Amino acid sequence: MCLAIPGKIVEISSDNQDSALVDVVGVRRRIDLGLLQDDKPVPGDWVLIHVGFAMSKISEQDAADQMSTLRMLGEIDGAMQEVQGYGLKDVN
Amino acid sequence: MRYVDEFREPELISKTADEIRRLAGTERHYRMMEVCGGHTHAIYRFGLKDILPENIELIHGPGCPVCVLPMGRIDDGLSIAQQPDVIFAAFGDMMRVPGTQGSPLEHKARGIDVRIVYSPSDALKLARLNPDKHVMFFAIGFETTAPSTALTMMRAKAEGVRNFSVFCNHVTIIPAIRAILDSPDMRLDAFIGPGHVSTVIGCRPYEWIARNERKPIVVSGFEPLDMLQSIVMLLRQLKAGEAKVENQYKRVVPWEGNRAALRAIAEVFQLRPYFEWRGLGFISQSALRINDKYAEWDAEQRFAVPGIRVTDPKAAQCGEVLKGVLKPHQCKLFGRECTPEHPIGALMVSSEGSCAAYHNYEYRKAAMVSLSSIA
Repeated sequence: MCLAIPGKIVEISSDNQDSALVDVVGVRRRIDLGLLQDDKPVPGDWVLIHVGFAMSKISEQDAADQMSTLRMLGEIDGAMQEVQGYGLKDVN
Repeated sequence: MRYVDEFREPELISKTADEIRRLAGTERHYRMMEVCGGHTHAIYRFGLKDILPENIELIHGPGCPVCVLPMGRIDDGLSIAQQPDVIFAAFGDMMRVPGTQGSPLEHKARGIDVRIVYSPSDALKLARLNPDKHVMFFAIGFETTAPSTALTMMRAKAEGVRNFSVFCNHVTIIPAIRAILDSPDMRLDAFIGPGHVSTVIGCRPYEWIARNERKPIVVSGFEPLDMLQSIVMLLRQLKAGEAKVENQYKRVVPWEGNRAALRAIAEVFQLRPYFEWRGLGFISQSALRINDKYAEWDAEQRFAVPGIRVTDPKAAQCGEVLKGVLKPHQCKLFGRECTPEHPIGALMVSSEGSCAAYHNYEYRKAAMVSLSSIA
């Protein structure tokens, strides 16, 4: 439930500044940046993602640490399933 | 010490565990509550209890949103799902949680339109894709998740998407901690504070726990080393007779939280006068409802909601387990009638629920030990 998944901002949408393409270990999905409007990320930044929304900016090192935490917790499959499901892909 | 070799920085873990043993000594017992269900899962997963000295007892807190949701709310949500042309959308965690007439997944098997979404914004997308249907998002979660629901509703309003609503079950962590501290059968020395909730609310909302209740609280990360370091920080405070809020999870949690997320919560929600928590009963000002500006997107206002109240099965002792009075395996149904495959109580459904966590790790370990002793 409280999964926080690290992802790298690839591109901010030109027509919607609150929508960004992120890369999570090779899977690319759109997420919402609306909760980071006080400290907007730019392409190349790392963020923690929760239910399709970027929750906080983090360092590349913290992103790697967070990935290994998910792996240790046995949550990596759940996290990747969540990311793959963003945008209603691969579900329903 | 199981799993230790799999940990990162095993030497640092051993050193930190030594420091815990040194600080804890043997003369007294320490009861520490980990508030967050993610921490409960991690504690069992890593076998942290095997690393900690016996006089440090970890009590599992109320921070699993699926687990604290009363069954009546699930029934209420599913009653809306049964109305014509309604799509019931919820996170995967909700799908196997039993209501009195079955879980959302069982309703789906009976032909009710139930969909898994991984983000509230995808529930809104479903509404855009199905203009002749009404999409109701069954929202659960603490302050970690509430801002995403709020922002999704702000977008629905701005875009004028009117075939979308939210059945709001968002709860807030601070009143639950207060209720636990007020409970006469609960004696706690310190708190391991939630990690991801605190990315939103920051550390200040915990200050009353330190100031008024004189209990130390350390906001913690989820790795074994994080949690062991947090326990060291708590023990140091307790040994020095201090009570303050500290942040072990600085790499993710800013002291002030996420102000944009808090603004989104304030824009859409207001506090309910009271809300029922499974196992804890009614707690005042402990949950969020949708305010009048967003009434059109509030499923509780758009639909006739029966307001079902269901008492848990008598034999199930979810309440005692949730309050930390009983350990999971001390419940009469644990591992017999109630298993992760056939859950009776919600604590057995979510991987963050203490019963499921206990069943998946401790119970299997015990079963393996008894099997090997037979062999």
